[in-house]
Amino acid sequence: MLLDVGDSRRLRFLAIGGIGSLVVGGAAMAFALETSPQTQQGPGAGTLSPASVATAGQGGTPAPAGPAPGPPTAPRALNVVVLDPAHGGTDPGARGTGGIQESEITLEFATRARQALEQQGFQVVETRQGNENPSFDDRSAIANAQRGAVFITLHIASTGIPGTVRVYVNADLPPVKAANGLIPWDLAQAPFLGLSRKLGDLVQGMLTQHFKGSPDAAQTAAIRQLRTTAAPAIAVEVSSVVVNDRAELDHMVPGVADAIARGVAAFKPLYAMALPSGALP
Amino acid sequence: MELATAPARGRWKLWLTTLLVFAVTGAAIFAPILRKRMERAAQLQQQSEEQARRELIQPVPMNPSDPRVKAELFWLSDADSSMLAPVVVELPLSSDPVLRSKQVLNTLLAGPVDVELRTLPPDAVLLAFYILADGTAIADFSEALATSIPSGIQSEQLAVDSMTHTLEANVPQVKRLKILIHGQEVETLAGHVDLTETFAVNADAGPSPATGPAAGKTGAFLVQPLTLSFSPVKLTGR
Repeated sequence: MLLDVGDSRRLRFLAIGGIGSLVVGGAAMAFALETSPQTQQGPGAGTLSPASVATAGQGGTPAPAGPAPGPPTAPRALNVVVLDPAHGGTDPGARGTGGIQESEITLEFATRARQALEQQGFQVVETRQGNENPSFDDRSAIANAQRGAVFITLHIASTGIPGTVRVYVNADLPPVKAANGLIPWDLAQAPFLGLSRKLGDLVQGMLTQHFKGSPDAAQTAAIRQLRTTAAPAIAVEVSSVVVNDRAELDHMVPGVADAIARGVAAFKPLYAMALPSGALP
Repeated sequence: MELATAPARGRWKLWLTTLLVFAVTGAAIFAPILRKRMERAAQLQQQSEEQARRELIQPVPMNPSDPRVKAELFWLSDADSSMLAPVVVELPLSSDPVLRSKQVLNTLLAGPVDVELRTLPPDAVLLAFYILADGTAIADFSEALATSIPSGIQSEQLAVDSMTHTLEANVPQVKRLKILIHGQEVETLAGHVDLTETFAVNADAGPSPATGPAAGKTGAFLVQPLTLSFSPVKLTGR
């Protein structure tokens, strides 16, 4: 249920998996809370709670909270992949020769990646399936509403060696001081950086097998889309829209999809192992 | 009387028709010209604000009396264009950190001799530069920085890294960098890299009370220095 309370603030009430989460997305901030009756702990104490990003108004004042937050009652397995074809709508993204637009190509990559991931047994959620342009926060909110999910945003660069693919994880973020289990929306990625790095390295490794000349490990960048995502999150950037023939990009689609699916499948046991260890997020 | 007025009416009709034809023809000729002039006027009005700022904030000239120092500027590596490499350039740099920052950033914007190795768009202009008491530098660039840069995570991050590495190497007073576009905070540089936070410049940069926590330093794109010395007067490529 989504209750709009104005242009700058939105009140969202989510009920996911039996856990009630009150989400008031301010213009800049939100904090996490969960309604578990267990002892209150921060998000660094073994909870992967992407659906639990909750509330504060502008200026960071926490909104009235519900019951004390706590860890989930049972570990979750990785079963959802949120695919984000970047750009769309009025934002075509990078534009190349012959009218190639990043926003169109990313949809093709997402469609094929979805098939490959579903064959691996994952449930796939896409942030867009047509020529729309959801905001960064709306795309993150789709991922943050999932349980046991990873987030992959797909991009086509306008630079780089054609035929190569790079994976990025978000640059280091300040440690989250999760008082009362509340995580600032703008730092939602912070507790997941370790997992994101593992996922990124695995997917990059698979991609490099397909596309020679690609890096051996994931790189870091201050990516706006990833910062507000409360899940292991990576960006996959294909080079490039500047090709003589669009077929050069089309030939890369199956390889990218296969590498993403195999990378996520290889990451699945690491995700499950991380939960009981208390090390994450 | 009626016989006399009929030809007069016919003449008036002819005159009126002629005038109408002239009016329509004139409108057809001059309307597009007028529209183009109005569009141009609107365009000039749009540009005037930025032009005024550029005129007010002239590029900082190098003062020949300043001591010549070996400045390190970071452009793309010619060995691997996905990374940065420092280039040593001998420049007369001011001891004032704000002037010094402007000088090195303007040199960075001017680009290396090999244009393929530049990290920032050639038409981008540094409009203003300040350093706050806590070491946070604020660099205000013209819109061309955002509109002319190649779109993509890699190209945008390399652009930011070239600035932070150049400031780190030459202006130790700068602890972190905040980038504005035309005096405004923007969400991203060109759709990817986050400009709402500051970027760490020196390793000991801590949280900034003014602009929030410093974004993590990336540094993934830096290669080992492969520097060549430059002529004191001529900026040459590697």
